[in-house]
Amino acid sequence: MNIHEYQAKKMFRDAGVPVLDGVHCKNVNDAIKAYEDLGKGTVAVKSQIHAGGRGKGVLYHPKTGELVMNGGVKIATSLEEVEQYSSGILGNVLVTKQTGDSGKLVRNLYVESGCDIDHEYYLAMLVDRGSNSLLVMASVEGGMDIEEVAERNPESIHRIYSRGKNGFSEEQSLSLGGNLELTGKSLSEFSKMILRLSKMFIESDCGMIEINPLVKTGGGDMIALDAKISLDDNASFRHPEWEEMRDLDEEEEVEIRANQTGLSYVKLDGDIGCMVNGAGLAMATMDVIKLYGGEPANFLDVGGGADEDQVTTAFSIILEDPNVKGILVNIFGGIMRCDIIARGIISAVNKLGLTRPLVVRLAGTNVEDGKAILSGSGLNIHTATSLSDGAKRIVNLVKEAQ
Amino acid sequence: MSVWVGEEARILIQGITGKQGGFHGTKMAEYGSNIVGGVTPGKGGTTVSLNGRDVPVFNRVEEAIIQTDAEVSVLYVPPPFAGAAIKEAAAAFHNIRGEGLIVCITEGIPILDMLDVTSELERYPLVRLIGPNCPGIITPGEIGGSKIGIMPGQIHRKGRIGIVSKSGTLTYEAVAQTTGIGEGQSTCIGIGGDPIQGTGFIDCLEAFEQDPQTEAIVLIGEIGGSAEEEAALWIRKNGTKPVVGFVAGSTAPPGKRMGHAGAIISGGKGTAEEKIKAFEEAGIYVANDPSVIGDVLKKALVDAGLAAK
Repeated sequence: MNIHEYQAKKMFRDAGVPVLDGVHCKNVNDAIKAYEDLGKGTVAVKSQIHAGGRGKGVLYHPKTGELVMNGGVKIATSLEEVEQYSSGILGNVLVTKQTGDSGKLVRNLYVESGCDIDHEYYLAMLVDRGSNSLLVMASVEGGMDIEEVAERNPESIHRIYSRGKNGFSEEQSLSLGGNLELTGKSLSEFSKMILRLSKMFIESDCGMIEINPLVKTGGGDMIALDAKISLDDNASFRHPEWEEMRDLDEEEEVEIRANQTGLSYVKLDGDIGCMVNGAGLAMATMDVIKLYGGEPANFLDVGGGADEDQVTTAFSIILEDPNVKGILVNIFGGIMRCDIIARGIISAVNKLGLTRPLVVRLAGTNVEDGKAILSGSGLNIHTATSLSDGAKRIVNLVKEAQ
Repeated sequence: MSVWVGEEARILIQGITGKQGGFHGTKMAEYGSNIVGGVTPGKGGTTVSLNGRDVPVFNRVEEAIIQTDAEVSVLYVPPPFAGAAIKEAAAAFHNIRGEGLIVCITEGIPILDMLDVTSELERYPLVRLIGPNCPGIITPGEIGGSKIGIMPGQIHRKGRIGIVSKSGTLTYEAVAQTTGIGEGQSTCIGIGGDPIQGTGFIDCLEAFEQDPQTEAIVLIGEIGGSAEEEAALWIRKNGTKPVVGFVAGSTAPPGKRMGHAGAIISGGKGTAEEKIKAFEEAGIYVANDPSVIGDVLKKALVDAGLAAK
């Protein structure tokens, strides 16, 4: 689960990690008041969405699609500018490199005091799957895309690792700071920051923390100017406080509904919907649709033990997508019996109606019963003998229908 | 021979009194797995009936191992308790037998719990963890065999193909196809789709190399991380048996988690394209469609002189 910058900064503040003063705003009046509360002067007016690249993003009107403003993060030095920028941001759609072309409607704003900047660094803390460790990555090249830095100047990225749940030692943090050529007060503040972040990472079940940029001020203080935190969904059972932090507006409504039913769904841009059991087989089904000349409309894993209700929900989610011109169901019945899947499909079709071609491939437990139920239903369902056969059939049926 | 699990392996079920433990315990017993006991804290002294046989339940893994001489423990324990249950089993196997195999089926364990578990396991060098979030491991026999997990037993047949995979249902697909071309399996291992896991591809490849029953290997990967590339490199250096590979997720968009916690392309890394390239460079026979794994395997066996044309 991702959270907003203003929420991440509150977590930082609570953990003793230095951030600037800031106020979360929902409307322009809030922003004006925030500017006054922060003592006027120079502030940053920052769009809050669950995607990066905000500074270089572009804001569009949600209805007309007209360009409203360039830049989703603006520096303001007067009340007029705060008003102008916050009304340019709130209620408009921000398109960044990470949002995709449709962008994200901005509903939240963060107004934050400014500071003088001597240097910008990059800092991230994450779980490294290769080494089964906690990892801190830091670079003197902050404020830009870290993937780009890794490509262009990999030597500038320094790393420290920690096994288990003990976090990092002071020696490690000092040595990392030394690699960034920090000295004196800046080095000791940096070291403290790493230790506090790693304690917070573990206590709060983070999946990743990214600070880009981390800045050194003219006075040598180290401050987290940006903050991005993702939390490990698997640990939500021990964090009831996350429920309040979750911003459902930032998530795809249909993906939320799928999750609530125990389905795993990701919408894609193609026109062949698919319903599969198992994540690996679901990906492979998408790949094979593409291999035979089609484009998958979604990833949908109904899981290991789906029942009739889940199959019906899965079907309705697929059919809601107006781009879907045909459906391929691919089930390898293990725990799940093919006859149950067949009944689920028929009940879903009866409930929702079927105007688009449907190909079903069943294999595994009770496959003959499943096929008999489908062919005896009188519905226009095509059965396939293998995944390739199923993919070829649905691709052809969709082409013929056009 | 087979890998890690013999046909008669003595198995414990942690979480045996739960819904999942009871259901899959029954399926395992029906297949012929030798289930010698179960563990549920607070339910010690009771029994659970699996396929008509009463299985004793213990409070602690240590006690269960002492009483039953179990060599494998399979976990159907809910995510909040799974990390601690793995650690308990690992310490018990180490202290009593000096070795052991733990198979964790549970999906949804917090990643930091798994960091804790993997670092603790380093203290027990002869205790192996498979999973979590995996279908388990199976060694088919002539009749029955040892099924330790949730895979459908009836599609397997004893034979000479070793299968290792990150994905459950894709493994079943590969199993059905090897059986379909008249081959069978030595051992099938599902290592699971989580980012932090016990046994990896290379552990399995090493074991298949050493196992005289295994003559060819099917390796099934998916997007995310770099385990497939590392496995390919290992095969290039050490592999002597033919390997057939498949990688799922060529059409997965970047930055989106595809069902499995570990199946995500992040920062342009972990794509299917890179993995397939590494497979090809290592001389792995790559199937571009899981439906042709059987055909590709047939060709690999013929090329290696292990089957007639």
